[in-house]
Formats: sequence, C-alpha cells, structure tokens
Amino acid sequence: MMNAFRRHIRENLWLALDTLRTHKFRSFLTILGVLIGTTTVIAVASIFAGLDQEVADAARDFGTRTLFIFKWDPGIHVGRLTREERLRTPLTYEDGMGLKEDCPDVEDVAVETFIWWGSPPVLKYRGSQVLHYNFVGATPSDFRVVNDSLSDGRLFTDVDDIHKRDVAVIGADIVSRLFPNEDPIGKQITVGSNTFKVVGTLGKRKAFPGDSGTDRVVKIPYHTFKKFYPNEKENFIVAMAFEGRLDEARDEVESVLRRRRHDKPNASDSFGISSAEALIHQFEQLIGTVVLVTLVISSIGLLVGGIGVMNIMLVSITERTREIGVRKAIGAHRSDITWQFLLEAMTLTGAGGILGILVGFGASFLIRALDVLPSAVPLWSVFVGFAVAVGIGLFFGLWPAIKASRLDPIVALRYE
Amino acid sequence: MGSQVAPALGRDVEGAAPSVIIKTEDLWKTYDMGAIQVNALCGVSFQIERGEYVAIMGPSGSGKSTLMNLIGCLDTPTRGEYWLNGRRVSELTDDELAYIRNKEIGFVFQTFNLLSRATALHNVELPLIYNGTPAAERRARAEEALRTVELGDRMEHKPNELSGGQRQRVAIARALVNRPSIILADEPTGNLDTATGDEIMALFDRLNASGNTIVLVTHEHDIAARARRIIHIRDGKVARDEKTGR
Ligand SMILES: Nc1ncnc2c1ncn2[C@@H]1O[C@H](COP(=O)(O)OP(=O)(O)O)[C@@H](O)[C@H]1O
Ligand SMILES: [Mg+2]
Repeated sequence: MMNAFRRHIRENLWLALDTLRTHKFRSFLTILGVLIGTTTVIAVASIFAGLDQEVADAARDFGTRTLFIFKWDPGIHVGRLTREERLRTPLTYEDGMGLKEDCPDVEDVAVETFIWWGSPPVLKYRGSQVLHYNFVGATPSDFRVVNDSLSDGRLFTDVDDIHKRDVAVIGADIVSRLFPNEDPIGKQITVGSNTFKVVGTLGKRKAFPGDSGTDRVVKIPYHTFKKFYPNEKENFIVAMAFEGRLDEARDEVESVLRRRRHDKPNASDSFGISSAEALIHQFEQLIGTVVLVTLVISSIGLLVGGIGVMNIMLVSITERTREIGVRKAIGAHRSDITWQFLLEAMTLTGAGGILGILVGFGASFLIRALDVLPSAVPLWSVFVGFAVAVGIGLFFGLWPAIKASRLDPIVALRYE
Repeated sequence: MGSQVAPALGRDVEGAAPSVIIKTEDLWKTYDMGAIQVNALCGVSFQIERGEYVAIMGPSGSGKSTLMNLIGCLDTPTRGEYWLNGRRVSELTDDELAYIRNKEIGFVFQTFNLLSRATALHNVELPLIYNGTPAAERRARAEEALRTVELGDRMEHKPNELSGGQRQRVAIARALVNRPSIILADEPTGNLDTATGDEIMALFDRLNASGNTIVLVTHEHDIAARARRIIHIRDGKVARDEKTGR
C-alpha cells in the first residue's frame, strides 16, 4: 500500500490538481466547509495566542514576586458574588502596614485607594480634559512594588505623604493627552475641584488586552487622597515578596490577614490573594474553555466539509467509472486506485485547509491592524489546521476510494 | 499488497518457455439476468502458441468479446479453466492479475478507452507508471512506442484532438509499451474507415512479424485473412478452427 503511494504520488497529485482545475466551482463549494473550519481554528488560535502573550507580559510587568490582595479575588470574575462576598468589609491601610510588619518574607507593601463608586472627577489642564482614567492614592512604596518606572521629574516620597502634599505623578498616556508639546513637570492639574502639582511622569507599561487605562493614571500620595476623600474605604494591597519567597510570603499574608480579619478557623478566606502567575493561569484556563468551544464549532464545519468531500468523491468515482476500468485493464493495482482517490480527496481538503489558513492569516492581520484585539497566528495552529484538513480528506475519502478500488475491471469498462 | 512478485511466467525462464501461451478448457460464461440466464460462452476450448497470429470471427452476439475479456484477465469464467503461460489464472490473486494485465497482455479495445483528460504521451505512459518505471525511462519508452505507431508528432495531443485512427494507434502504443508477450485486440478497426483500418492492420502485421502473439477479433473476412489462423465462434462455441494459407 505504501509502495503504491510512493510510486504514484506525483502522478496522483497531478491527477488530483487536474480534477480541481476541471471542477473548480464544485470543488470550491465542497471545500468551503473545510475552509471555514480551518479559518476558525487559525483565527481563534491567533487571537488567543495574542491575548495570552499580552496578559502574560502585562501580568509579569507588575513583577513575578508580587501579591495582589483585595477583599475579593483579584482577576477575572465569572458569575455573581455570593452573599458572604458582598458583605465583606474593606481591607484597611493598617492591614497593609501589618503585613509589612508581620510577614518575614514580605519585602515591601503598597496600599492603593481609589474612588469606589463611579468614575473619578474630571481631570483638567488648561483647555484639555480627561474623563476616563485611574485616580489612585498610593503609598510611596507603590512605585517600587508595582514596578513603575520614572520617566521624568521625581516620584512622591514619604515626606509628601506625611504632609499630605498636593502633588501628583502621572502616567504616559496622561502626559500625551494633557501635555502634548509641553513639559508637565511643575504644572498644576485639577482633579474635580482640587489642584495638584505634577512632580513626575511614569514610563509606558505593558497593558492588559482591552485595558487602555494602564498608562492613563494619576497617582497622588495616600494620605493626600484621604484628606480629600475621607469616605473612600476600599484599599488594594500589593505585597512584594523577597526573591524566590513568593509561596512563603503568600502563606504568611494569608494567615496574618485571617487573624487580623477574625476569619473563623473553618471558614474560607474573607479576602483574595493573587499573583502574576495566578492571573496568567486563571486566564489560560478561561482560554482553554473558549478554545474547546471553538474546536467543537470548527469540527462541525469540518464534519460538514468532510461529508461534502465524501459526496463529491462518490460522484467523481461514478463519473469516472470507465476511467477506473481503463486503469485496471492496463494494470492498476487496487492500491493504486485507492491512493489515486485518497490523494484526490486529501488534495481537495488540503487546498481547503491552505485557503482557510490564508483567510485565517488575513483575519488575524485585520484584527491586529484594526486594533480590536492583539492577535498573532501561532505556528502550531497552521500545522494543526493543515493536518486536520488533510486528515478530513483521508478519513472521508477512504470509503469512496476503497469502493472505487474494488470495481471489477470489465464492469467498470462497460459502465455507461 | 504492493510487492510485485513476478509470476513464474515461462518467458522469464529461458529455454523452458512453453510454446503454448494460451490454453482454455471448457470455458463457460453465463450472465444471470434474473429471469433468464444468457450463456455467452458454452464450453470453449483451444490453444494458442507463442508467436501465432489468430483471428476470432463470428456474428454479433456470438461471444467474441466475452472470450477476449476472459483471455485478457479482465473477467472470470463461470466454469472451465484458463492457463496463461502455464499458470492457472483462477488461482491468481488480485495483485497478480493486475501484474499480468500490466506486463503480459496488451489489450486494444474497439472503443479505444483512452483517458480523455490526458495527452497521447501520458496515456501511453500510464502502464509504465503502474509498474514503477522511473520517469525518464518511462517517457523515453512512451515516445518510442508512439513513434512505432507513427505518432511521433502528436504526443502532446489530447484524444479529442486526434482522429479515430490516430486514437486507435495511441491505444496500440499503450498496449505495446510494456512489451507484452500477447496483444489482444477486440475489433480494433470496428470504429474506423477502411483505409484507416488497413493502416492499423498493417501495424499488427508488423508486430506479429517481430514476434508478438496476436489475437484479434473481427467480423470482416479480408481482415481475418491477414491472420494465419481463424477461430470461428458461433453461439458461444468454437464452430471451426482453420489455418489460412499465409
Ligand atoms: N454484461 C452482460 N450482461 C448480460 N449479457 C451480456 C453481457 N455481456 C454480453 N452479454 C451477452 O452475451 C452474448 C455475447 O456477447 P458478446 O461477447 O459481447 O458478443 P460479440 O462480442 O461476439 O458481439 C450476447 O448475447 C450478449 O447479449
Ligand atoms: Mg464484441
């Protein structure tokens, strides 16, 4: 069987392509299903590969030894909060300081506070304004803990914090929006009715996909924030573990917080701890589910395509019964005929696969060009897409091909 | 499958070649048409020796084509035995039969049976493809066969770009290309005009002169007269077996 395959691969490929040429329209209709299936695989794989990469980059940009602590699990939420979750009390500034005090494996802690309900007050500088941005009151340790880089000027310090000075450090996106051709350092920006002096600017960060807010941030000292917004109670704690001590730090943070928050021994944590790796892992699980769903959808396309291929092969074999008779009469073995039609079916679906890969690449390129989502076609999806397409031809072409090979030469020759 | 063990055909064993190349014994072919049964052949027995030039004659429907298809290993008899080159054909496997159809027998059909999508050259190459002849040799031999039938200038033509006589010559080239020991032709001139038919017959004469065993079916006396032996078939039986004067 394999001998026959090798002997005639050129001849059979030629034949298969010739059939494709002579029956362009019919072939195209047939391979449409395969094309759609492959395109789906490629496009979805590319979007998720792109997303995955960005999520990983963005999460790791905060540092791989950083723990994110909030009263709810930081990260992706699916479904509604339980009653217990809704009733949780905010984490406090003191919780943050306590962690720094009581966890030997925690090197540093930052506490961030923000406006819980609705959007922050309008940010203005002269004529320009920004509506959607992150307005954060952060301990001076925040810059180091979340891996912010200073672009220009200076960061605010403990002195600024203790004296509740009206100073701000702004993100790269705010700079380009409010100070397109001006040096922002020393300028006064207003947030709602309060004025802050810009003392420093931050470098660009890697953004989470779909999140344009990473660089659109205004940070002011924690206690300055409290001075203007004494009613904001929510705190987000970021703890940085010593190098290589992330797991230990996590355990310490958990037990310290449980004690501080009086969690019952048999109750679960009344807070959530996450890390870059945990976020990535969580996201990858989500991707896994979506990929599975996509695979099911594209399999349906491929199945429809496969049945179409079986149909066209049966038609093709019926039409060419005499040809099969002639071939057998001049010495074609069964395996020769089998391979001829198998290769034809595989060429058909393989062509569908290649078209699907090209369309998939096009779709991926468009998605990236239009900046809808990050997207990069992973190499494996190209191979998988092509292999699956050819496999469909092999699988669904097998029965028609064997049927053809079993034709009796004289019966086939007499076929009208 | 695929491994081609050359059947122990006499030709391969020099000196031991049996002179009888075709031997049939009480061949029957019955077509079961449901309500009725048609006996196309009713006990045909004869022998043909290497190098013979035999014409099979008989009225339409007498069973000539049925007999040729059996001799050509395209069909199997309902009853009786057939030896080709000393081997009992009923014992051969599917692959061995394919090998014989490819290497031992060149079959020429009344209706040419060329692949319409392929060029003359490719049609002639086809039997060589099925026995794994390397591409370069394949092409050379196909070209040589086409030149033998005087179609050296029509190699790249498709069948529908050729006349009936030319098509039949392509079919003959295809039958010759593997240098088979037997050439079987079922009314090879049946679809051709007289002049073209004469050309084709001249070709068979030459082939026989160069040592090929030829069995051809015809119902024209002047064509049969070219052979050295005529087997007359009537109602599925051998009615007469005569040597011509040639
Ligand atoms: N496939 C078939 N099914 C049924 N009857 C057949 C078939 N082929 C041939 N016959 C019958 O067998 C007889 C011999 O046919 P054939 O060998 O073609 O005759 P010839 O070639 O001498 O004209 C005829 O009566 C014909 O009708
Ligand atoms: Mg006939």
